[in-house]
Formats: sequence, C-alpha cells, structure tokens
Amino acid sequence: MKKFLFVMRHPPYQGIGILENLDMIMTVAAFDQCVNILFLDDGVFLLKANQTPDHPHVKPSSPVFAALAMYDVETLWVEQESLSERGLSLSKLMLPAQSINRAEIANLIAEADIVVNC
Amino acid sequence: MGVLHLINRSPGETQALGQCLDRVGAGDSILLLESGVYAAMKSSIIAVRLTESMAKVSIHALAPDLAARGIATEEVLEGIELVSYEGFVNLSISHHPILSWN
Amino acid sequence: MSFDSTPCHWDWMWLRADIEWTVSVPHLIVEGSVVELTDSGFLVNTSDWNESVAQALAQASHIGLTDEHWEIIHLIRQYYFNYLHLPNARMFVKLVQKSLGEDKGNSRYLHSLFPNSAVRFACLIAGLPKPPGCL
Repeated sequence: MKKFLFVMRHPPYQGIGILENLDMIMTVAAFDQCVNILFLDDGVFLLKANQTPDHPHVKPSSPVFAALAMYDVETLWVEQESLSERGLSLSKLMLPAQSINRAEIANLIAEADIVVNC
Repeated sequence: MGVLHLINRSPGETQALGQCLDRVGAGDSILLLESGVYAAMKSSIIAVRLTESMAKVSIHALAPDLAARGIATEEVLEGIELVSYEGFVNLSISHHPILSWN
Repeated sequence: MSFDSTPCHWDWMWLRADIEWTVSVPHLIVEGSVVELTDSGFLVNTSDWNESVAQALAQASHIGLTDEHWEIIHLIRQYYFNYLHLPNARMFVKLVQKSLGEDKGNSRYLHSLFPNSAVRFACLIAGLPKPPGCL
C-alpha cells in the first residue's frame, strides 16, 4: 500500500480539473491505497461551507467532496495559516478536517510515497 | 532524501514559488524550469527571498530553459545551480517524493 | 464587428418533399408515454425515471428485476443525487461494500445481478447518465 498525498491549492469553479482530480482520488482510494489530501492557499476555499452554485452549466465540486467519505480517504489536512489568512476556520468548512501548521507541511510531504499536485 | 519541488511558472504569473518557499523543508531542492526560470534572474521580484532560502534548500534552474529565454549565466542569481536535462534526471532520482507546484 | 453573411447551403434542402425528414431517435414507450434514450440506451432526462421505466429499461437489457436489483438501483440513485457524482467500476464496488457490506460489495455478486458491466447496467436501469469509463 502506497501513501498518496494530493495537494489542492486552487479555488473552486476553475474548470472541470477539480472534478477529474476527485475522480482520480476516489479511484486511488477505491484501490485500497492510503489517501490524504492537503489544502493550501486558495485551495481551502474548496471546502468552504454553504456553497450554492445555481448556474445550470456549472458542475459544483462541493457535493463530490462529500462523497470522499464513501471511499475511506484517510485525512483532509488543512493548513491553519491558509485558513486564518482568509478569515476561515475549521468550523466554517463543510467537512470534518484536520488542521496542520505551515511548519509541519514539509514533513507531511516528505512522508508521502507519491505527491500529486491537483 | 529531500523532496524535489518543481516550479514551472514565472513569479509574475503565479505565486507558486513563494507558496512553495513557505513550506519547503531543510534539505529539500527546488528546480526552476519552463517559465519558472524567470525567477532565477538577479532582477526577479522574488530574488531576495530566493537568496534567503538558500540556507535551507538548494535551488536549481534548467539551463536549456534559461537559454531558450535568452537568460545569460551572468544574469542568474548567485547560488543557483544550473542543470542540464541529465541533471534534471539525477535530481529526480536523488529526491523523493517530487511535487510540482503548478 | 462584422458578421459573415455567407448563405446557408442547407436551406434549400428543407423544401424538398421527396426526402424523409423524420429522424428516428431511440426511445421506449412506457405506459403510453415516449421516453427518450441516448444512443447507448440511457435516459436522456433523468427526471423521466420511475419504477415502470426501470422495468422497461431492464427488460430492454434482458435483466429481470428482483428485490436484490432494486436494492442496488435505489442505492446508486441515492448516491448520485446526494453527491452529484457517478462512480467508475471500482468505486461502485467500494460504495456498495460501504453501504451494504462485504457480502454484496464484491464484483461477483454485482455481476450476477447485472451481467457484463455492473455499474453500467445499474446506472442505466436507475435512469442515471452513463458512468465514466463505460464504452
């Protein structure tokens, strides 16, 4: 079993890349690999609660994030500094996540077998 | 074995390099390639930070990408190691894991 | 800005009476209403679905529906409408496992219910779009 770390640094609604990445993540998790996701910078906006897109042609990523729970994704790591710089906190996210300090990020990356920039 | 961080966008275009520098670990390496090599210039907007970071990480720039953009060796910040494609391969082998900051 | 005013060469064709213009689209007739299908046999409009439509879709796929089939059909519909997401084959097995346990969350069981491609026929009969990775 490999330790995967998927790093998300971009905000939502920037094309379908995020949905493709989520499909990749769920597939990897469905193959019983150890999957962690790290949210940095504007990537923390992906998890902001109460996203309600009403444009018929925009496929939202927020409900798909909720589906991660079906595939035993290990931990959603959210950098504390990225949250506070944007006036967010764990309680303002739509899913349970684990906060991690900036100083600890290097270790989290180094511990992974495979790191994927999303 | 340190992590190899790849930066392929210029510092004027994205904040990828700065965001990477915020999180690098001691002993990691950064490779500037494609538009990322603009950061390696003495005149780049991120030059001071890049020089400061050299105490902790080693910085490399892909020589053919510098040449393609007309950036001469004397225009490159002191302390940045220029690497060939072969050097890129060697960095990939000697580091683990590899993270590209697109 | 200027617009190219090249005449449309297809215009004249609509005047010809000797050509049969009715295009036949794949469809089912369920309880007297026409239900439109895609070329691959999936519902065009997810909202057309009801249990009679499911029966007709299953019949067209040569699958006789039992309680075990319905359990999976309702599960995949619930998943799709909750998460706005379609699983691929591997995810499908995993999510059935998560929801209904190991006895049902395995390819052998799912293929016994929906031969050939379990996720494809489960989604098709459930009135959902074609899942990713299905030909």
